[in-house]
Amino acid sequence: MTNVAVHLEAQQPSLHAHVHDVPASGAAHVKGQQHPIKLYLVVWGWLFVLSACSYLVDYFHFQGYLRWSLILLFMILKAGLIVAVFMHMAWERLALSYAILLPPVLVLVFVAIMVFESDYTHLIRVLFFAPAT
Amino acid sequence: MAETLLTNPGASPAPAAGLRGFADDWSSDQRAFKNVSWGKAMMWIFLLSDTFIFSCFLLSYMTARMSTTVPWPNPSEVFALTIGGHHIPLILIAIMTFVLISSSGTMAMAVNFGYRRDRVKTAVLMLVTAALGATFVGMQAFEWTKLIMEGVRPWENPWGAAQFGSSFFMITGFHGTHVTFGVIFLIAIARKVWRGDFDVERRGFFTSRKGHYEIVEIMGLYWHFVDLVWVFIFAFFYLW
Repeated sequence: MTNVAVHLEAQQPSLHAHVHDVPASGAAHVKGQQHPIKLYLVVWGWLFVLSACSYLVDYFHFQGYLRWSLILLFMILKAGLIVAVFMHMAWERLALSYAILLPPVLVLVFVAIMVFESDYTHLIRVLFFAPAT
Repeated sequence: MAETLLTNPGASPAPAAGLRGFADDWSSDQRAFKNVSWGKAMMWIFLLSDTFIFSCFLLSYMTARMSTTVPWPNPSEVFALTIGGHHIPLILIAIMTFVLISSSGTMAMAVNFGYRRDRVKTAVLMLVTAALGATFVGMQAFEWTKLIMEGVRPWENPWGAAQFGSSFFMITGFHGTHVTFGVIFLIAIARKVWRGDFDVERRGFFTSRKGHYEIVEIMGLYWHFVDLVWVFIFAFFYLW
């Protein structure tokens, strides 16, 4: 019986060691999310660059699909950096990431519904409520 | 045997990673979020619900803008400022964006120093974050004042579609309220950090619970979310 217990005990792997959970030098024992400060500064810099880029899209008067795709691209990159690094989602277990990140994606269905709805409203307004010329 | 199992509940095998871990966590008949405290999980779930609120605002704005037959005011012109004789489009919003991003940067570093139990640096960085947040709200107040003086109302404005005013006040007002509450909570928690509440495990006066430095990260989640929402408002309302 004792042998079995020992055997089971030995089978259990050591606590999941995470690359990024390595305590910083100088601190004896550090709990929680711990990453080098440099990482935050780099992300901060990228957020500045991406914001400047999206501002320049407006400044240089890009129009049409080029404007929209650039705006969306910079927006998604910025949102991704904030959620992944600043909010530490990149280091959370998938159980949490999926629970939080998947539901907002479903909002896109709502967007599609409202696009059809507003197109319809617009059509009705043009057909029946156009101002008399 | 049964006793061994009961007296040794802590020695469970390390959770699997990847999709297998995802399935394990959710089907474990226990708590689903294994290495996340209830406080952090609850903040994430609150932020998820807040995401839906802001989604609804942005969606109603999209619907209003797509369905109106009157031309939409050009935000690039509406939010332009004349500084030193130069007419610069959207400059105030750009500055507000940089201020809010900077506050997110200082907040991320405050979380980091919090986990290193560096009391003073954490408190100072949180206060810098709060100051940047207050600056943002101040600039928003300036922007509101300017637009109201120019005749923007929720029901009309001088440049085009009437829904512009209602969408603008609703979306930026709700976001500004979030920033304001964030600033208040930042100051409250910075005070606790400064006083050393989380080092001596002093009990909170309201909850009678011992605080931990994790509250700095939870506060940070809220603050980064406010920044995140601004990213979407900036793209959809100001740039579109």
